[in-house]
Amino acid sequence: MKNIEKILEERILVLDGAMGTMLQRHKFTEEDFRGERFKDWPIPIQGNNDVLSITQPEAIKEVHRLYFEAGADIVETNTFSGTTIAMADYQMEDLVYELNYQSAKIAKEVAIDFTSKEPDKPRFVAGSIGPTNRTASMSPDVNDPGYRAVTFDELRIAYKQQVEALIDGGADILLVETIFDTLNAKAALFAIEEVKDERNLETPVMVSGTITDASGRTLSGQTAEAFLISVSHIPMLSVGFNCALGANQLTPHLEVLAKKANFGVSAHPNAGLPNAFGEYDETPEQMASQIKEYLDKGLVNIVGGCCGTTPDHIKAIADLAKDYKPRKLTVDSF
Amino acid sequence: MIEDRSQYLSANNDQQSTRRYLKLSGLEPMIVSAETNFINVGERTNVAGSRKFLRLVKEEKFDEALDIARHQVEGGAQVIDINMDDGLIDGKEAMVRFLNLIMAEPDIARVPIMIDSSKWEIIEAGLQVVQGKCVVNSISLKEGEEEFIKHAKAIKRYGAAVIIMAFDEVGQADNYDRRIEISKRSYDILVNKVKFPPEDIIFDLNIFPVATGMEEHRKNAVDFIEATRWVRENLPHCSVSGGVSNVSFSFRGNNTVREAMHSVFLYHAIKAGMNMGIVNPAMLEVYDDIPKDLLEHVEDVILDRRDDATERLLDFAETVVGTSKEKTVDLSWREEPLQNRITRALVKGIDQYIVEDVEEARQNSDKPIEVIEGNLMAGMNVVGDLFGSGKMFLPQVVKSARVMKKAVAYLLPFIEEEKKKNAPQPPKGEQYWKTADPLLYGLMKEYAQKMRNKPTEAETMLWNALSGKNLNGYKFRRQHIIGSYIADFICLKHHLIVEVDGSIHQLPENKTSDKERTQWLEKEGYNVIRFTNSEVLNDIDFVLDEIIETIEKTPLLGVRGAGSNGRILMATVKGDVHDIGKNIVSVVLGCNNYEIVDLGVMVPAEKIIQTAIDEQVDIIGLSGLITPSLDEMVYLAKEMERKNFNIPLLIGGATTSKAHTAVKIDPQYQNAVVHVNDASRAVTVVGDLLNKRSNQKYVGDLKEDYEKFREGFLKRTKKKEYLSIQEARKNKYKIDWSTSEIIKPHKLGVQVIEDFDLQELEPYIDWTPFFRSWDLHGKYPDILTDKVVGEQASSLFNDAKELLKKVFDERLLGAKAIYGLFQANTVNDDDIEIVTENGKIKFRTLRQQLKKHAGKPNFALSDFVAPKESGIQDYVGCFCVTTGFGTKQLAEAFEADHDDYNSIMIKALADRLAEAFAEYLHKKVRKEDWGYATEETLSNEELIKEEYKGIRPAPGYPACPDHLEKLTIWEVLGVKEKIGVELTESLAMWPAASVSGYYFGNQEARYFGLGKIKDDQVVDFAERKNIDFEYAKKWLGPNLIE
Repeated sequence: MKNIEKILEERILVLDGAMGTMLQRHKFTEEDFRGERFKDWPIPIQGNNDVLSITQPEAIKEVHRLYFEAGADIVETNTFSGTTIAMADYQMEDLVYELNYQSAKIAKEVAIDFTSKEPDKPRFVAGSIGPTNRTASMSPDVNDPGYRAVTFDELRIAYKQQVEALIDGGADILLVETIFDTLNAKAALFAIEEVKDERNLETPVMVSGTITDASGRTLSGQTAEAFLISVSHIPMLSVGFNCALGANQLTPHLEVLAKKANFGVSAHPNAGLPNAFGEYDETPEQMASQIKEYLDKGLVNIVGGCCGTTPDHIKAIADLAKDYKPRKLTVDSF
Repeated sequence: MIEDRSQYLSANNDQQSTRRYLKLSGLEPMIVSAETNFINVGERTNVAGSRKFLRLVKEEKFDEALDIARHQVEGGAQVIDINMDDGLIDGKEAMVRFLNLIMAEPDIARVPIMIDSSKWEIIEAGLQVVQGKCVVNSISLKEGEEEFIKHAKAIKRYGAAVIIMAFDEVGQADNYDRRIEISKRSYDILVNKVKFPPEDIIFDLNIFPVATGMEEHRKNAVDFIEATRWVRENLPHCSVSGGVSNVSFSFRGNNTVREAMHSVFLYHAIKAGMNMGIVNPAMLEVYDDIPKDLLEHVEDVILDRRDDATERLLDFAETVVGTSKEKTVDLSWREEPLQNRITRALVKGIDQYIVEDVEEARQNSDKPIEVIEGNLMAGMNVVGDLFGSGKMFLPQVVKSARVMKKAVAYLLPFIEEEKKKNAPQPPKGEQYWKTADPLLYGLMKEYAQKMRNKPTEAETMLWNALSGKNLNGYKFRRQHIIGSYIADFICLKHHLIVEVDGSIHQLPENKTSDKERTQWLEKEGYNVIRFTNSEVLNDIDFVLDEIIETIEKTPLLGVRGAGSNGRILMATVKGDVHDIGKNIVSVVLGCNNYEIVDLGVMVPAEKIIQTAIDEQVDIIGLSGLITPSLDEMVYLAKEMERKNFNIPLLIGGATTSKAHTAVKIDPQYQNAVVHVNDASRAVTVVGDLLNKRSNQKYVGDLKEDYEKFREGFLKRTKKKEYLSIQEARKNKYKIDWSTSEIIKPHKLGVQVIEDFDLQELEPYIDWTPFFRSWDLHGKYPDILTDKVVGEQASSLFNDAKELLKKVFDERLLGAKAIYGLFQANTVNDDDIEIVTENGKIKFRTLRQQLKKHAGKPNFALSDFVAPKESGIQDYVGCFCVTTGFGTKQLAEAFEADHDDYNSIMIKALADRLAEAFAEYLHKKVRKEDWGYATEETLSNEELIKEEYKGIRPAPGYPACPDHLEKLTIWEVLGVKEKIGVELTESLAMWPAASVSGYYFGNQEARYFGLGKIKDDQVVDFAERKNIDFEYAKKWLGPNLIE
């Protein structure tokens, strides 16, 4: 099996699409979320998608399968909120290791299945590491700008636990994504480096930020290039952007990364901007036509979808991407 | 997969042919590319470099501290250096708090942060709160490879660049070879062992001064430049940085030369590859604009091109100072219209032409008073606006006041003349009054005549003394009609009315209150003083003295009451003698057309209260420097409340704080109590307080603000735990007496130094506090080149030097010292028993009681002296120095000459000289009398930084806040008898420019702050000292736990 860095030099890799959008189709009830395991859980857990890896593993596996079938090279584990900090809302801090381990394990099972059938196109599992629901460099209290709801060390410890479980469960890649506060991401990267160092691993890392407004900055105020510089101390497989904006609004910021990053560049935008009902209604064709611009300009090495995207979207993207050469992985001066 | 990956990585790293740039980020990127040339680091947000920043952080004024950061970014700093290394602040907490606040300010946070600390825990705490890519300043091989690698790894993981100091286990690199040796070794470890990205390494190769006169310093600049070249050529991708102003250190005071030195140094260093540094842009001459001759001399020194380069530059520097001064005299402004000239003279503080201009203005005016109210006030308004908006600095304003006073002094005789024309001049002046109020005048004239014929005994006695120009030739009249009043006695020329027993006689049916009467008279420009019958009868000399004093006292800005904005009483409280700050505020308020009633120093509350009533002042301003003054202020506030005062109270002085004012003083008094610690604020505050239209609201807001502050303060005060005094003693600082080196002093007993030559003290002067006393904040000598205040600081410094020279040449101040060294041992934990000629005497020390982290001791000064039971004979000393004899007289002479600027200056200088004397004497004692540091060779900068062995803590300061111990020192040395320095009732020293304290010689002795103590120690302390508990409590008040 070829290593992913090598493949990345040869072709554009396709990342999967939204997990949440796919799970919504099941219309899981509170009972479905709880399953047998959590039937007596003291508080409601409906909406805690991560827990479905334990209570509805087949549904999760099915989503992974659909994406691989659509042409994805990489699927993300169902662990976007898999930290003690984010799980506190459901009082499931103690389950964090298990959630991540199980999620990685079932994704890996599906991946191995596909790879064995199609050895020329190995499939990978990226452990998804979300931003948590707190910000380390912004105050939630407008009257007290110096206040912080979470510290670097709290984040680092929480992320470390998630990272260890993802690796134990079989994740091939770690994907720190939807970064709206770079300091949170730095804590995650710090934890990843600690684990890699302790275990003597070279697990590839993908980093993906989120530009939240039209001015082209992250929620914590950084420009695309400042964000790139702030995370470049870690050897990365790729750096990119996801979520928040649709594919076409993301283009100028990807151009910055494509020009300056000495790593792969990734993009997994939403299926457009949400409509008045909070739904994403960009069709696979519409999205693919915009992704085509990335490809024509040679901006990306990895491309996929975020909120609102489905296997159909991914298929449209994969079909398009296979005819393009990937962006060169290094830049001339940096 | 794993093996392949490492191959991939190294392939990536091997792109050495491409230059890799240092990239940093705040909210925005900053890339140090070949085109960027040079990155300028702002360093005003450094507690070690900026006194102002330190003060703001200490006082938790983070908003203002943020302004400093913002100011730097706006001023073009591309990176801001933040340093919180100060013994008196919790550096880690302050770093985190300040960085968190910066992150909320996008206009500051856009630039990258340089986290500057010598403590790793502070660096790490900083790295944990900044999202952008920072620079760590700094790490080095000083503590060995292991720690270096550990820290470098962590920095890499946090994603920061790093400054590497050229420092290793042996010491700091101070020549070319050592710089290369250390940087090469550091680089190899970082790049090969730590895999640190080489572009993230910045070397600080140590910029040291040149032209110091020391042979070994000659190559300092050239070695740096050459080492920079070597580093950039041989250590791929890294950067080189440094603090540039160091190089010209020996030319401080001569900015022309310094600026040229900086430019020349940078020109060559940048060519050699220096690409980052701390440079004050205001202190840079354009390289091409440096005059050829100066350039040649400076390059000779920087590049070490001649053996006599330093001497030649020194000689040349003299001429540069001269010529640059001449060049600056531009007289074109003399061609401008009259008002412009007057305004300019006031704004620039030029008194050369003011009399000429004022005379011209007088000739253009109907009345001489119009020159003051018109031309001069117009100019002063400009001064006020500039000062208010921060565009002028205190020393300039005081100089403006000097010009104003000269102008007014010139105009006064003309104004008198004019008044004489208009003033009531019976019998000829009858006409004037008749027109004014003819009916009344007739009645009054009759009444006055009656009164003149029936004087009281006291009036007769006073009239005998005043009539016939008996009193120093001043002409007095009696029973004189002014408007609708009749004055007892009047000196028309000096506009002085003297009343006896409060009886300005008036028609009984036309009675008005004393207050209205006085107000009216004063509005008319008269000065009214009153005596009681018994004062006249029993102490006529006192009465006459008062009259003479009042006549001779030049009223501030000349015209009392004429258009005054209000009257402000200023006093330094009982027991305190420090008045520099108070005088500055007085002058500034005076410039803003307030009338100042200055009661001077050591003013008892009763006198302040009485004067406030008599003079009907609008505001009382209190000042104090020593801690007991705080209580005195509280007492005064209580008295004002008791007497139903309704005027605002201003609080100022070095020990005062908003916290103390809000918590202790404000609740005592119903009207406004405002803490005002700088002169510029004083003007606004007083203006708001006296603004009749809005002051009710303002006072309400103030009270509310203080109330809130008080609540916040009490809430914020952290819950701290304290030990009992017994527990604290158990946790004392333990010196190993079996190995501690104790040296017997060469000379035991008391020594006196009389008529010391002050000139010897000049090198010992710590100038930084001098600038602070003028509200100019910054560290000397950098302050002279500060972007904001540099020009003013330099000008002030030159004036200070000039006056200092006069003081030296004419021996204007008297300096004396007394000191003694004694056998001593600690007894009963906290007492130090010393053996004097007159038997054994004990110094009582106080011990910290705050519960400390494990391993941190609870200090008392007694810990630094061997205990009796150790059987080891130890020693301590104590001292008092003064340079204050003559200060008062000099200050008064300046005041009489309308020169408040120099009056304040002489006091500020005397204070600095006293501190310098203390420093000088301490050195002498260390090296000679005690002789434990005969080998010591420290520069004056190092002395000021207190890098010597042993300490000289002073009673009333943090390690021993108990002022009562001064009494013991006075007893031990016979201070008052032998050198004449006295203690006031609040135990302030008089003359004010005096310093006293102890000497502790042990290597481990250190300064510390006592902090808060508990009642149990006060009980114990009172018993040990054999004083009353309540008395002890009063003196230790500021240190007691609330």
